[in-house]
Amino acid sequence: MIDVELQNITKTYEKGKVKAVNKVSFLVERGELFGLIGPDGAGKTSIFRMLTTVLLPDSGKANVNGFDIVEDFKEIRKRVGYMPGKFSLYQDLSVEENLIFFATLFDTTIKENYDLIKDIYVQIEPFKHRRAGKLSGGMKQKLALCCALIHRPKVLFLDEPTTGVDAVSRKEFWEMLKRLKNEGITILVSTPYMDEASLCERIALIQHGEILQVDTPDNIVESFPDDLYKIKSGKMSHLLKKLRISEHVKSAFAFGESHHITLNHSTENLLKELKEKGYEDIEMEKIRPEIEDCFIQITQKNANKELI
Amino acid sequence: MKKSDIQSIIRTNNLTKQFGDFYAVHNITFDVKVGEIFGFLGANGAGKTTAMRMLCGLSIPSLGEAKIAGFDVYKQTEEIKKNIGYMSQKFSLYEDLTVSENIEFFGGIYGMKRSVITQKRAELLQKLGLTSEKNSLVGSLPLGWKQKLSFSVAIFHQPAIVFLDEPTGGVDPITRRQFWDLIYDASDNGITVFVTTHYMDEAEYCNRVSMMVDGEIKALDSPAALKRTYNAASMDEVFYGLARSAKRSGD
Repeated sequence: MIDVELQNITKTYEKGKVKAVNKVSFLVERGELFGLIGPDGAGKTSIFRMLTTVLLPDSGKANVNGFDIVEDFKEIRKRVGYMPGKFSLYQDLSVEENLIFFATLFDTTIKENYDLIKDIYVQIEPFKHRRAGKLSGGMKQKLALCCALIHRPKVLFLDEPTTGVDAVSRKEFWEMLKRLKNEGITILVSTPYMDEASLCERIALIQHGEILQVDTPDNIVESFPDDLYKIKSGKMSHLLKKLRISEHVKSAFAFGESHHITLNHSTENLLKELKEKGYEDIEMEKIRPEIEDCFIQITQKNANKELI
Repeated sequence: MKKSDIQSIIRTNNLTKQFGDFYAVHNITFDVKVGEIFGFLGANGAGKTTAMRMLCGLSIPSLGEAKIAGFDVYKQTEEIKKNIGYMSQKFSLYEDLTVSENIEFFGGIYGMKRSVITQKRAELLQKLGLTSEKNSLVGSLPLGWKQKLSFSVAIFHQPAIVFLDEPTGGVDPITRRQFWDLIYDASDNGITVFVTTHYMDEAEYCNRVSMMVDGEIKALDSPAALKRTYNAASMDEVFYGLARSAKRSGD
């Protein structure tokens, strides 16, 4: 069953000059954990705002939980939870007051849905009398998630919940999402962190308002067109410069402790060249691409197309 | 100054910042060498921002000592500010000034001569491939270009040190790598780079990395040595292992 459906959704700003979202189409199944992966300015927030009925599309159609985002916006608002990228709770209300406020808006009580938020809420409950504005970043994030869940939404929209959050808190947050998914809630989450893509069941890669690819993370990795190698030596920044100008190298990008490269010719050709240039300590190994490799490959291919 | 001069451009000794009975930064002691790319890592709330504010001369320490480019963090904060560059993800440039005007403005703030600004500005625009965009408002540029321009503006006055506070957050993967090319260039030109990031692959690009946990520096070494010490396959694991022990949470 389909829970979110977009057909050729387009959104422009400044009288059509800025194309934020360009003919975007994708489907999200009921109960799926779906990731919208792309950098700032890709159009993720505009898509979320249209699906949560706070922004009208220029053209195209979209349904959420069976309702049209333009015609049936009131129905949709009852059924979705939305955690915007920017902290949007009442800073001068306490933790508990914020939660009561949102429960009341949706004609429910904390008690009625406590089981859904319990795991998250117990972590901020010791601070329930503290004003939301005085909370730390991690706690604000947890409170915002509780407020988005308090009416037991069918579909949950999380816009960059982990941006600016450290690696440990990010891991914890994804654990929470998995538990919510097990409750049967459909989750759409956006992130600029490519490494989080693998935690979603399916993802859409997005840039410049256009969808590049929609699939499971595994299938996207499988569709990487070339053999990918990681390569390292003592002098990493020199090696990268050398690789970029080598005729044997198709692409070369820094990837933490090694560089990731694809080749025009055989590995022997490259190793021979590097040896001739004085690199004695080269380590090279074929590897499975990450989502970030795929994203770079696709965006580069598109950039080349534009040049032609 | 050459990279081979093993000289400390940042030197702290038991630097501490206390708010009431809360130690935001507690006895941190470390050196950063000239021309080094130094990664300053830690979980949210570990005290990175507070420490950085002291190093930039924006916040007076409660205890301890620190010299930045030879200047004292208690008495010579104005000299410190003249000798550093600063860039953060949040505030970068004036959106309603053009590319050219932003460069001129920041050059002027740092007291550069108009003739020098004009010449260096032309070079910079060329290097960034922004010559044709020089009269565009910064607000109309894509984020990646803004961040590259913002970094270049932060080092336009050739400071001794540049402080970068999460410079690549939210930037696309290709631009993120181009950004690090600029960092390497700056470092090759003798500018010391002090950088915070949440991307653990970027920690690998630093010469040395420190890890702050609960206001203290719990580890400091080259990425390779840290991985050996903590028997970790990646910097992500090193970070996770150290930060998990944190008692504090949040910003």
